[in-house]
Amino acid sequence: MTDEKQTAAIGALSDPMPSAPPRSQWRAVWEQFKTHKGALLGGIIFLVIVLTVFVGPWIWPYDPTYIDIRARNQGPSFAHPLGTDQLGRDTLARMMAGGQVSVAVGITAMLLALFLGSLVGVLAGFFKKLDGPLMRLTDLFLALPLLPLLLVMVLLFRDTLNQAFGPETGIFILIVLAIGVTSWMPTARIVRGDVLALKEREFVLAARSIGTKNGKMITRHILPNVLSPIMVSATLGIANAIITESALSFLGLGFPPDFPTWGRLLFDATDYLQQYPERVFWPGLAISLTVLSVNYLGDGLRDALDPRIRGR
Amino acid sequence: MLTFTVRRLVLAVPTLLFISLVIFLLLELAPGDPMAQVPLTVPPEVKEKMREALGLGQPVHIRFVKWLVQFFWIEPQVLFDHVFGTTFAEGKLRVLSWQTRSPVMDIVVQRMPQTLWVVGMSYIIGVLIALPIGIYSAYRQYSIFDQVGTFISMIGFSVPTFFTGVLLIVIFSVNLGWFPSIYDTTHKVTDWDSFVGQLRQLAMPVFVLALYNAAQISRFMRASMLDNLNQDYVRTARAKGLGEKAVVLVHVLRNSMIPVVTVIALGAPQVFGGAIITEQVFKVNGLGHLLIGAIEANDLPTVQTLTFIFALLIVVFNIIADVLYGILDPRIRYD
Repeated sequence: MTDEKQTAAIGALSDPMPSAPPRSQWRAVWEQFKTHKGALLGGIIFLVIVLTVFVGPWIWPYDPTYIDIRARNQGPSFAHPLGTDQLGRDTLARMMAGGQVSVAVGITAMLLALFLGSLVGVLAGFFKKLDGPLMRLTDLFLALPLLPLLLVMVLLFRDTLNQAFGPETGIFILIVLAIGVTSWMPTARIVRGDVLALKEREFVLAARSIGTKNGKMITRHILPNVLSPIMVSATLGIANAIITESALSFLGLGFPPDFPTWGRLLFDATDYLQQYPERVFWPGLAISLTVLSVNYLGDGLRDALDPRIRGR
Repeated sequence: MLTFTVRRLVLAVPTLLFISLVIFLLLELAPGDPMAQVPLTVPPEVKEKMREALGLGQPVHIRFVKWLVQFFWIEPQVLFDHVFGTTFAEGKLRVLSWQTRSPVMDIVVQRMPQTLWVVGMSYIIGVLIALPIGIYSAYRQYSIFDQVGTFISMIGFSVPTFFTGVLLIVIFSVNLGWFPSIYDTTHKVTDWDSFVGQLRQLAMPVFVLALYNAAQISRFMRASMLDNLNQDYVRTARAKGLGEKAVVLVHVLRNSMIPVVTVIALGAPQVFGGAIITEQVFKVNGLGHLLIGAIEANDLPTVQTLTFIFALLIVVFNIIADVLYGILDPRIRYD
């Protein structure tokens, strides 16, 4: 009986060595992500939009600010696939220039909000003393009426920043700051919850027992483990920032008219709603498609990064 | 439960004070000057007098306290006087608009009905659409209805209201001419025809906002139903021979409604904020329109009052949501 057991154990030892390396976590995430068709399609569409917007102007011959007054208000043609506006500027070139600003604002504001949210969340979750005050601060920020406050902030600081950095950079900084400062709260709450749970786990205790300092503990052990909720809020943050920027521009309190963004183009097109209704279509479609694809991407990421769903 | 409600109400006071301080200090930085429109021929000492008459020229903290008194003490008195015909607020200084030189609250009261009509109707309709869709798509998960419903709610959730609004105007008022593109505030409902007219001008703004709200709430409803449908008590209910209708519409629905009701309560103030854009698209003469106009005209008291009203709505609905959660869910014990 004991002999049999021994031979079985030795037999297991003589099994062939696994030739393929163990599957990495990110590979498993990618496998799960691929099964979500909507997310995959959303990711591809978002990449295509970003590429078109940033690479397109190098290929497309027209300048978005070039005024050709004899070619104004044209419909779609071979030279201008999306037509021209009331000053004869090429709509496709303006759409790409506007997209650069919209996508850049979306990504920068998202990064700022993520940074603030993760900072507050990690600090509140990790240091017990900071938890109360920081979470009260988050609650207070959540009780602020965001859209009215954003409008007020743009109104108040536009001129100061324009003088300091020039009209384009100034308004860019202002809008990114305004959106970032008003949208970090959900991330902070999610990150805090996860950090609170992580702090009680054995590996943190083990790391502490070998003398890991707080700073190293956060960067080395806590942050990598809260990466997945942060990534999901990143995608939702891009969508939120793009919509907010377009809404501000649409209300006439965003970017100046000679510096197009998708929201501004939509706002300008509403003046010609009766004569050229097709002009509102393109910027609106671009905003909607970007936000829709990013939202689907976020849905897929959430499923792929959740180990409880990934296993099945 | 009562102590909890009272405690929440008491806690709301510092929150509101903090918010009003933030709004006040933010507007303190404003570069605008209410005297900018006064002709240059007016001598500086007269200008100084006018500035003082508007309550400016005093230190910040005194003006903040004065504003608090005006907003929380004098304005309720005015309301009280208006309702009961008393004269408590006689001769007291109210919050004055720099644009019209009339009390801000009077303008707010004039604009309130339009916003309430559009926002209230759209929220109710949105909830009424969202609940059945959420329930049925969770019950038949991964069916065609669920796939289509989820896709449409994702679109409604992603497409900004200013695009849906403009798109509807292009289709239904420019091309088809069915609905007016501008909301007529002076329209009075006197007979059947004018009632139909009112419905026609309400149709598009209400539809735009309702679509957006329905998309969000139906997602919550579906997720909440899915959480409950796999619970053990559902199997028990089926095992003891209850009809499918009773299982889903009584047992599961009642439990799934708990988080959804709080989401509905929490979403209500956001709808007011979101209505700013819709009001701008359809030129509805409501609170959002008033706010945009005041921002463009640098009318700081109006901006301040309106922003604070929005903040007040958020705080009040947060308390309502918390209390409702405690009442609906017997597992929650606040004491």
